[in-house]
Amino acid sequence: MKIIKFTLIIFIFLNNISFSDEKNILLENKILKNIRCLICQGQSVYDSQSDFAESMKLVVREKLDLGMSEKDVYIFLKNQYGDWILYDPEFNNKTYFLWVFPILIFFIGGGIILKKFVVLKK
Amino acid sequence: MKNKYLLIIFGIFFLFCFTVFFKSLKNSNAYKPEIINGKILSPFVAIDFYSNKKILSEDIFNDRDFYLINIWASWCMPCRAEHNYLIELKKQNSLKLVGINYKDQIENAKRFLNEFENPYSKILKDKNGTLSIKLGAYGVPETFIINKKKKIIKKIIGPINEKTYNEILKIIK
Repeated sequence: MKIIKFTLIIFIFLNNISFSDEKNILLENKILKNIRCLICQGQSVYDSQSDFAESMKLVVREKLDLGMSEKDVYIFLKNQYGDWILYDPEFNNKTYFLWVFPILIFFIGGGIILKKFVVLKK
Repeated sequence: MKNKYLLIIFGIFFLFCFTVFFKSLKNSNAYKPEIINGKILSPFVAIDFYSNKKILSEDIFNDRDFYLINIWASWCMPCRAEHNYLIELKKQNSLKLVGINYKDQIENAKRFLNEFENPYSKILKDKNGTLSIKLGAYGVPETFIINKKKKIIKKIIGPINEKTYNEILKIIK
């Protein structure tokens, strides 16, 4: 009975470790896919094998091992390289037009279509 | 009446598109890395090229008015081109040259320095390129000029040339 308990505990323990590892790798990949490889054309750091990307992967892993969150890593990178480093631009003074314009167009288009329908029904 | 409105709206839309595209015709669409000047260099720990001992950045940047950080490698061809400028800059008393040896074989790097003369007061090792990333560099060669307060005043991406060399001289005078 004792042996069973023991193996069960070890099993759960090991399972936990691999699970958290997997989670870390998923987070790391998510971050790497959102970082632009600045010396490549149209590639993320995740996709690239350039010197820059390989070093960047190491730095991101190191920062995550230090306990930084995803957002902290982005702040760190933006501090060093500017907004361009991230594929997903944040909502700020420079990018509000980028975010608001499509929504505006959507509403204007919707308005026009709706108006057409109202006219047709009449 | 309705047609008139449509015409005006289309006219405005056309004009808007025209001005946007016309203006961007003159812009170069080649990507230029964003250069952030005025940033304070964050402290770091690095490994000395010759002694293999750990050094703090505070111990390196503490005795001159200006510091030049140059990222180089023996395998990098443009680094050879800028080397003469670095040797000239070595003669400036107010400037301390700090080299970062980027992803290089130690033997090759030493051979490079023996062949072309060592312009650096201090060389740091960056075996896996992480130190350069933490400094905000793109690759080799790259040069930072920082002042006494560790503020980055100038960043040169690519080899130093006649023009940037003169700019550096102007800064440190």
